[in-house]
Amino acid sequence: MGSTSPTGQNVDLARLDAVFDKYKDMAKGSLIPVLQAAQDTYGYLPIKALDAIAKQLAIPISQIYGVVTFYAQFRLSPRGKHIIRSCQGTACHVRNSARILESLKTALGIAPGGTTEDLQFTLETVACIGCCSLAPVMMIDTDAHGRLRPDRVPKILDSYSN
Amino acid sequence: MSTENLTRLKSADDLEAMKNEALPKIAIRKDPSAPLHGGVTHHIMICCDTGCASSGARKIVDAFEADLKEKGLDKTVDVVVIGCHGFCEMGPLIVVYPDDVYYVHLKPEDIPEIVEETVRGGRPVERFLYHDRETLKPIVHYKEIEFYARQKRILLTNCGHINPESVTEYIANDGYKALAKALSQKDNTDALLEEVKKSGLRGRGGGGFPTGRKWELCRNAPGDKKYIICNADEGDPGAFMDRSLMEGDPHRLLEGMIIGGLIIGADEGYIYCRAEYPYAIRRLRIAIAQAEALGLLGNDILGSGWSFHLHIKEGAGAFVCGEETALIHSIEGKRGMPTARPPFPAISGLWEKPTNNNNVETWANIPGIIRNGGDWYASFGTQGSKGTKVFALTGKVRNTGLAEVPMGITMREVIFNIAGGIQNDKKFKAVQIGGPSGGCLPESMIDRPVDYESLIDAGAMMGSGGLVVVDEDTCMVDLARFFLSFTRDESCGKCTPCREGSTRMLNILTAICQGKGKPGDIELLEELARNIKLSSLCGLGQTCPNPILSTIRYFRHEYEAHIYEKKCPAGQCVDLMTYWIDTEKCIGCGACKKICPVSAIDGNKKEPHVIDVMKCIKCGSCIEACKKAHAISRK
Amino acid sequence: MSKNVTVTIDSQKVTVPAGVTVWGAARKLGINIPTLCHHFDVKPYSGCRVCLVEVKGGRALAAACSFPVSDGLEIYTNTPKVREARRLVVELLLANHPHDCLTCDRNQNCELQRLALDLGVKEIRFEKSKPTWEIDRTSPSLVRDPNKCVLCGRCVRFCSDKQTCAVYTFANRGFSSIVTPAFGKGLGEVACTLCGQCSTICPVGAITVKDDTEAVLKAIDDPEKIVIVQTAPSVRVALGELFGQAPGSIVTGKMVAGLKRVGFDRVLDTNFTADVTIMEEATEFLHRLGSPDKGKMPMITSCSPGWINFMEMFYPDLVEHHSTCKSPQQIFGALVKTFYAEREKIDPARIVSVSIMPCTAKKFECTRPEMNASGYQDVDYVLTTRELGKLFKSCGVSFDDIKPEAYDPVMGIGTGAGTIFGNTGGVMEAALRTAYEVVTKKTLPALELTAVRGMAGLREAEIDLDGTKIKVAIAHGLGNARKVMEAIKAGNPNNWHFIEVMACPGGCISGGGQPIAHDINYRAKRTAGLYEDDRQLQFRKSHENPEVKALYAEYLKEPGGHMSHKLLHTTFHNAHMDLFTVLES
Repeated sequence: MGSTSPTGQNVDLARLDAVFDKYKDMAKGSLIPVLQAAQDTYGYLPIKALDAIAKQLAIPISQIYGVVTFYAQFRLSPRGKHIIRSCQGTACHVRNSARILESLKTALGIAPGGTTEDLQFTLETVACIGCCSLAPVMMIDTDAHGRLRPDRVPKILDSYSN
Repeated sequence: MSTENLTRLKSADDLEAMKNEALPKIAIRKDPSAPLHGGVTHHIMICCDTGCASSGARKIVDAFEADLKEKGLDKTVDVVVIGCHGFCEMGPLIVVYPDDVYYVHLKPEDIPEIVEETVRGGRPVERFLYHDRETLKPIVHYKEIEFYARQKRILLTNCGHINPESVTEYIANDGYKALAKALSQKDNTDALLEEVKKSGLRGRGGGGFPTGRKWELCRNAPGDKKYIICNADEGDPGAFMDRSLMEGDPHRLLEGMIIGGLIIGADEGYIYCRAEYPYAIRRLRIAIAQAEALGLLGNDILGSGWSFHLHIKEGAGAFVCGEETALIHSIEGKRGMPTARPPFPAISGLWEKPTNNNNVETWANIPGIIRNGGDWYASFGTQGSKGTKVFALTGKVRNTGLAEVPMGITMREVIFNIAGGIQNDKKFKAVQIGGPSGGCLPESMIDRPVDYESLIDAGAMMGSGGLVVVDEDTCMVDLARFFLSFTRDESCGKCTPCREGSTRMLNILTAICQGKGKPGDIELLEELARNIKLSSLCGLGQTCPNPILSTIRYFRHEYEAHIYEKKCPAGQCVDLMTYWIDTEKCIGCGACKKICPVSAIDGNKKEPHVIDVMKCIKCGSCIEACKKAHAISRK
Repeated sequence: MSKNVTVTIDSQKVTVPAGVTVWGAARKLGINIPTLCHHFDVKPYSGCRVCLVEVKGGRALAAACSFPVSDGLEIYTNTPKVREARRLVVELLLANHPHDCLTCDRNQNCELQRLALDLGVKEIRFEKSKPTWEIDRTSPSLVRDPNKCVLCGRCVRFCSDKQTCAVYTFANRGFSSIVTPAFGKGLGEVACTLCGQCSTICPVGAITVKDDTEAVLKAIDDPEKIVIVQTAPSVRVALGELFGQAPGSIVTGKMVAGLKRVGFDRVLDTNFTADVTIMEEATEFLHRLGSPDKGKMPMITSCSPGWINFMEMFYPDLVEHHSTCKSPQQIFGALVKTFYAEREKIDPARIVSVSIMPCTAKKFECTRPEMNASGYQDVDYVLTTRELGKLFKSCGVSFDDIKPEAYDPVMGIGTGAGTIFGNTGGVMEAALRTAYEVVTKKTLPALELTAVRGMAGLREAEIDLDGTKIKVAIAHGLGNARKVMEAIKAGNPNNWHFIEVMACPGGCISGGGQPIAHDINYRAKRTAGLYEDDRQLQFRKSHENPEVKALYAEYLKEPGGHMSHKLLHTTFHNAHMDLFTVLES
């Protein structure tokens, strides 16, 4: 499990006050709703926020970690607005998907699994997306981009930035 | 939130008065000759259930609103957003009242014509009507379509026929009448419980435990504080009955729970709904607010002095939370890991208080039973399985959708009449009932009546009601592998057989699908499955081997073909396929050679090409590229 | 609740109180149902599914560890179904467990290994999983190898339910489940008190104690070093279990002889410094009792290092309630490199000070920077009882045959008061034996203060010190310690004056470094061993220890005096950690 928030990420804990206020009357069993609200607030669950939730609800941080990692909905690191999945299947591999991934890494300044500072993009790799004849391929959100060349990558990314 | 103006109802008489006031508003839906109310001439009912919404129903609503406004009809024609009408395959679909005209597969550009012809002109537009598959004749009234005609709708009566965000429409359709009746006997809840027992209703979430007896256990448990829970964590792939009910008729669920609270002696209830159902949650929230505003929920319900409170808990993404002890822990804010029973939740459940948990469909059946009596409900169905069951029809059938049928109907009737048989004239192979916990039935078993016992006897189970129909192109080993990969991912990890065993079974199935199966694998799978069923802690583990056991039982030859002949009879397992070029047909155009991502195809121009099977990654690009000669096939 | 029910197990009838589990009822009939996730110290979990039995009328098999008996229940524990299911469960566990048993710390003392043998698992038909988790060596006392974890959750339950520290949690789910501190941190990075109970309750080698035996042997082999060893009170009634003796057997003489054979230059007794602790602590208590400005009341004992860690982490504002006295181990360390070195004319730089302890937190305590009153690190190495057992075995000490020997003189005599430091209530009893006689100048009428004895988690007693009524409390296990601290925070409503706290349930006799217990009554038996040792000893009150008297006469002058403060007292820290925080990485 990944654990930490990206560096330089400042977590404004004051934003949790509204969450705590909303659930203050719910004496028991408020942990999951509070986590859901906190994730709505920050887009993910920063460690510092979990710490504050632990103190507020008097639940040990280890147990909160256990709950967060149990449910598929919760994320411990922020995800970008756009999810890029760079295909590493056999067809893409033999057509140099490694160079596409390299150019994605360079353009975004992050490694697979990472998210850009501006939270625009999360970069992931995927085993195969079934677009082998278009190899090498990547998906951005639900769009497939095929027949990629490393030099075309920045331009495609630009079309998603706003 | 609804714009309805609601004033608190202080008695059953107030409720009756509200109903009488509301009836004229919806009269034209029931009787074309009914007098107009408020000058409204037409009701256009548009299904915006999640299914239809994904096929563009919201745009149909917008198109109607815009066109009606443009034509100055917006004051006299009501656009009513409804929940699931059932026939999802046909979405977006609408019904126009008072003429009861049913239109399917609409696009926004069709709307002006409908307004012009049907609303203004009173004529149906033939090309938007449903056409019978056999006779090819258009059918105007949906009730005449075989999909609907063969159903028995006693639970889904409102679903798709009322505005689910209007409590007034629910009350106009006898809503909360059962609650008023129950409250009138609140000092004799024994009689009410007796009706539930008499109905023969059994848990619709899968297990099939008699509901009345389950309630009695909790009701008789010592303790002043008791809870009831509605399990709305419908997580089986291929099941959406509960979602449709919540989106289409949320007050029915509420009414069932309030009555249940009264009978069981609970003053607080929870609806645990998965977060993946945002519309359902929205509709439930609206319904709860309305019921509270009307005094049908909360303190002093209908002036009876009795109080009941209801909360919604959103799940956070864990299939195992459909298991009742896991669900209870999840409501408590813990990891959703099941605990051993006894103690049963009826004795020690939520926060260690007596708790009764039923699923959406079970609770929603209660108002009908209380209103019409247990005998009425028991008049449907079979000896051991009373009433009706809602099924979600998916997979390779023509008519995907939601169908309510009486227990005891044959699966053949459901699949071939209601669901219209198999798409693309393929051959029926099997139907998977009950999702990852259930099993499959082959053709030889589908003439049996659908009831709890006969399904278990056949190696499947009722489950929550998901029916996934597969045809000859589906590999049954791969299907079992699919369900196992689902349960493996959703295992909570607490008990060894489920955590370790599901992984081992999945590994063996994957190896078989990859052509790496070994003699003895089937027997090892059977040993694992048998023991995991017996030794797992909760229902998830105890039922996860069912897809394997039933596919081995009915399709053992497919397993054997994979293992011994390294062949996938359905032609679905990629690793067991080879691609080859028919040299007779190949014209040597070179399209395949050009498209092949791994340069596995060689050949000179205008000469037959060949595939190097060692290099081939079986991506299928060449087949698509060979448009001229159709010379490439896979086996 | 004491309604009795009669059930039939394997065709035999047995009557037990309602609420007893099938597992418990079967034991009454001499039927052994194997378990893995179940342990008598924690609540049933029903996770491992090793204890499966057939319940007549049940669809699936039931877990005997949690299934409550009810009247007329018919149970079968030995059927083909049961045997096959249990065996498969163990096979599945083994398939996902490293097969390095021969080099594992728990080889031949591993419950999984035992189950495989007992249930007859002869082959593993599944592809073995490769280890994927990094071994956690961040803790000064404990080593965690998640690859060996069988997810029984015993440590999770013990740490949360008994110790209220909740260091461990289950994380992830399904096949990816692990037991881990929050955020996958190391044990050394979270609020772990190092009590080490997890290492004794772990059925396999997933949580073990950091091994310092090699370092000690290296010092012994170094001719320049004088290696001096001290042995804690509770070790003498537990060590024998590693050599097949019953819990509570007093093996002091054999232990001393063994240590000499291993090559320690001097073998001395921590009981001696336990007596010194009493001299200091009783004096400190009487000072505080007399004038509140001399220190916070109630005063709390400070000889359990797990407890000290707990206090510093969770109740840093209340550290002043602690007696400033060091623990007997550290008093020993401070004296051995000063008083003893001077007396024996040894250059303290040549002394390597080793202690044999029941405790895992001691490994950290000796490295605290303030524990160098002698000018050196006062105690260099701490070995647990389990490590000592291994040391004996690897050095060829034949425990059965070895003849008992006596401790070396000077710091080798301990009293009965010192020996009962090893069980809950013992420090209090020892302190009161001395305080009573110091205050009243009278001989105790009844030496054995049964009022403070027992196994209840939180006990209270009132002692009459010649007219002054002293209210004392005794807590063992950190969950009970937390109750005490919450009571103090709430203004000490019961008006306690003096509180004894031990981190481990039962006190040091069941410390995290003690032999892994298989006997449900092991705490009571080891405790009985210490009380027996107390009865057998020549001196039973700390102030009557002739070597202690000599120490004060020759060196320290008086309890609580200048020298004492320099060598025997310490300060505590605010460790700024709690259940809710993790260290920033």
